[in-house]
Amino acid sequence: MTIKETYEAREFKTVTEVSGPLMFVDLKGMGGVSYGEMAEIQTTTGERRRGQVLDVSKDLAIIQCFEGTSGLETKDTICRFLGETMKIGVSREMLGRVFNGRGVPIDGGGDIVPEKILDVNGAPINPSARQYPKEFIETGVSTIDTLLTLVRGQKLPLFSGSGLPHNMLAAQIARQAKVLGTDEEFAVIFSAMGITADEARFFRDDFEETGALDKVVLFLNLADDPAIERLLTPRLALTTAEHLAYELGYHVLVILTDITAYAESLREVAAARSEVPSRRGYPGYMYSDFSTIYERAGRIFDKKGSITQLPILTLPNYDITHPVPDLTGYITEGQVFIDVGLYRKGLYPPINPLPSLSRLMKDTIGKGSTRGDHKYVADQLYALYATGRDLRDLVAVVGDESLTETDKKILEFAISFEQKFINQDYHENRSIFESLDIGWELLSVFDDPYRVLKRIPAEYIDKFHPDKRDKKANFNSVDV
Amino acid sequence: MASSEQIGIIDRIAGPVVQASNMLGSKLYDVARIGEEKLVGEIIRLTGDIATVQVYESTEGLTPGEPVYLTHSPLSVELGPGLIRQIFDGIQRPLPVIREKSGDFIARGIEIPGLDHKKIWDFEPSVKVGDKITGGDILGEIPETPTVDFKLIVPPNIKGKLEFIAKRGDYTIDDTSATIVTPSGDKVDLKFYQEWPVRQPRPFHLRLPPSVPLITGQRIFDTFAPIAKGGTGAIPGGFGTGKTVSQHQLAKWSDAKIVVYVGCGERGNEMTDVLREFPKLVDPYTGGPLMDRTVLIANTSNMPVAAREASVYTGITLAEFFRDMGYDVAMMADSTSRWAEAMREISGRLEEMPGEESFPAYLASRIAQYYERAGRVMTLGSIPRESSITVVGAISPPGGDFSEPVTQNTLRIVKVFWALSKDLASRRHFPAIDYLLSYTLYWSALEDHYIENVNSEFPKLRSEALALLQKDKELQDIVALVGPDALPPSEKIILETARMIKEDFLQQNAFHEIDSFCSLEKQYLMLKTILRFYEKASDLYRKGAIVTDIFSHDAVVKIARMKYVDRNEIETSLNELMKEIDGLTPQQFGIEEDK
Repeated sequence: MTIKETYEAREFKTVTEVSGPLMFVDLKGMGGVSYGEMAEIQTTTGERRRGQVLDVSKDLAIIQCFEGTSGLETKDTICRFLGETMKIGVSREMLGRVFNGRGVPIDGGGDIVPEKILDVNGAPINPSARQYPKEFIETGVSTIDTLLTLVRGQKLPLFSGSGLPHNMLAAQIARQAKVLGTDEEFAVIFSAMGITADEARFFRDDFEETGALDKVVLFLNLADDPAIERLLTPRLALTTAEHLAYELGYHVLVILTDITAYAESLREVAAARSEVPSRRGYPGYMYSDFSTIYERAGRIFDKKGSITQLPILTLPNYDITHPVPDLTGYITEGQVFIDVGLYRKGLYPPINPLPSLSRLMKDTIGKGSTRGDHKYVADQLYALYATGRDLRDLVAVVGDESLTETDKKILEFAISFEQKFINQDYHENRSIFESLDIGWELLSVFDDPYRVLKRIPAEYIDKFHPDKRDKKANFNSVDV
Repeated sequence: MASSEQIGIIDRIAGPVVQASNMLGSKLYDVARIGEEKLVGEIIRLTGDIATVQVYESTEGLTPGEPVYLTHSPLSVELGPGLIRQIFDGIQRPLPVIREKSGDFIARGIEIPGLDHKKIWDFEPSVKVGDKITGGDILGEIPETPTVDFKLIVPPNIKGKLEFIAKRGDYTIDDTSATIVTPSGDKVDLKFYQEWPVRQPRPFHLRLPPSVPLITGQRIFDTFAPIAKGGTGAIPGGFGTGKTVSQHQLAKWSDAKIVVYVGCGERGNEMTDVLREFPKLVDPYTGGPLMDRTVLIANTSNMPVAAREASVYTGITLAEFFRDMGYDVAMMADSTSRWAEAMREISGRLEEMPGEESFPAYLASRIAQYYERAGRVMTLGSIPRESSITVVGAISPPGGDFSEPVTQNTLRIVKVFWALSKDLASRRHFPAIDYLLSYTLYWSALEDHYIENVNSEFPKLRSEALALLQKDKELQDIVALVGPDALPPSEKIILETARMIKEDFLQQNAFHEIDSFCSLEKQYLMLKTILRFYEKASDLYRKGAIVTDIFSHDAVVKIARMKYVDRNEIETSLNELMKEIDGLTPQQFGIEEDK
């Protein structure tokens, strides 16, 4: 995507309008400005800001200003077109560094000497070059590992809401995530979009505490940073991730937070351009725009590294039908739903498995990867917990006299499932075997396992049920 | 697509839409090559000498003043041998070839023909010199895959006397296959492939009414809401309800000769899944790999939006070509919502007056035109062949709300509605098709087929099961209010039987080796067994047995296992089970018979 340098370095002093995040420049019929080209805007005080061309003809260029338009004026502002699209210099040296939302180092260290200069928009992965993701990532969180297995190359968002501990969960996953039986190079890229300085500090401290900081690249666009810059930040993060993954062989986990703030910036630009809005004022192309972020997760044949994404969304009013989670859910491979009801019960992590899903789980789990009984235990826990919650609702209406003995046991099961399985400490790192065994322990309250545990074939009950299993055998192995 | 002398000039670029001047003489929907990189675009509006072009590749870096080359031909696909087993992007560029040229990521400005022009094919003619030939006639065959023979057909508008036909032997698609002398004395050389504009339906001789079901091997579809060969269907559902798995199941197990699968604006990994899985799966009808009858079109969500808009047209044109060979074709589009959104995005860039939810006002007519390209037909040609295209579109309604424009406009056209339900999905009832909300308008046309080919009682069993499910729904509403204890035992029998129909019949495991595909015969036997048990249970209850005892009997466990019985054993196994059910006596439930 090179722009031909057939034109002079072009400077215009003809800003005609500044409106919202947009600046309109009269090109005096000289043209020569490219679509998507970067522009440098020099204010009357000499300050320089970055912008990008959104719409261009011979006479007019519309520029989206990443660093805000306040202080710009139409008389003396200078707009210089730079003859290139938005690029970032990437390097292995970026690990352990902190950048602002535009990719400028803000940790006091020196500039990065780039190994490569890449277009931030990347290019779509050829579907025939994709390798289907099926390597299990152990996060040490029971609910995720057992019921919503995370897979290398997957994009699995956290659907959360204001006041919920999604940041803690993301940090815990980043800290604990590993692939069983391997010791490969990993990296975490953290892209903050419109989160508070406190939240950013929380992540940074957490990485520092665990000694992971030299494996982390942080791109920080905070709540008080320019809103339009947010459109850039995840792209810088993902371009860096692609370099680390596909050139240098790292397994990269990208945390993107908060996608809702990103979507709001997208809406702001669309509104400023007087585009016809779609649902709730968001632009009609939000789905396509999201996909250019989320679809950059994946694995490629013959390439060592991978990109796994963990986007975080705060659902306005915990509403899953809001356009941001809705369009996200259509692109991502599942979702982890953080539930305000469970949180109020004092549970951590308050993941509700019922509306959650991991689409790539089915091909990942099982003998050789996790454990032979994984699928059945997961199905059974899910089914009984769902029934338990239904019964809980029923009891609230009609009381528990009409329940059968089994139903009462299922009710108890639902409670202990929440307390012992979902609930775990922020620093507790459970192996998949531990998680599965906790599951079995909860399932063993039923007297007649063959009849109640319908989702588990009889031979698996014989082999894995705590009352029946061979006590001397080793169940902490993927080969069982 | 040869470039002519005339060159337009880019005036303005806004996203995927480019305006160019000096374009006089170009036609609407002609292809234009944009800029020095010659990006592929299509003219979608003409005003004076100004053309508006939607560009199928990323427009970043284009500059006003760059040239626009006119091709004077509409967006077309190459139709010939070599389509099957291939995976194309939205404008028929083979993705594996793109990968060879540009690596793992898709670069811009790559010009690749849809078909391999170097590959050698083994052709055998079936006509001789001197024969009278008309459009649609078959000139010969090429064994394209072990299960599909490519039929060389004469393009629709050609007619005359055969002057030359290639002898049996090896050819590339650029070789001359035949020469036809038209009535006016012109000589027309035919190659082994033809080009066809994607937005123009290929003609046929006659439209036939649907009368044969498309067997899908999925119990909820085949038994309760079957689709006809040549029919149209829609699967709307929110995310996580199993649209894509349902579409994959249809692509895998439909008894169509050819399957065209269009991944339109969906996930990249899903296409990878198909590419990885289909070559390994065995076609239950031919015994060959499923890939040998499959054509894939993948324009994932992050690929250019205008090519997404074109991808469904590319898909249906390929489907029509196979239809014209005389094959039954099934086409799946996942998802038509993304196609509609692509239209909305382009329309927005054109600053058109928006319709409902800012979709363009022509949304309804575009959807209707697309689905109308399905159908069961008599093809052109002196010996017409009966063939069909069945189209099933997935819909992704925002928030799972079916009242949105794409779902509503589709439902006005299609005759089969398979409604995915978030509620069923969250209870892990898969396929999560709402059995009461879904419908088929083909049942009356297909009933005879079931009576003749499956069993004369099939329609009766079907309506009996549907009635039970309906009754169950009403009873469940009561249970939710007052608890199950309040119901009389006769109604508990209905609840239990409905549960059997739901769990042991309707729930089908797409990932289980045996259960993934269920033959019509097996579906019939399973349903019969469940209803036989229902009859027996009612009878036993009348004679005094306790309902919970009846439904704790071993036969219930066996019914639950029916779906996992191999197709070779199903008949003996279920007949035995029915005998066991028939043999149940009140004595076994502790009742003294004292009449």
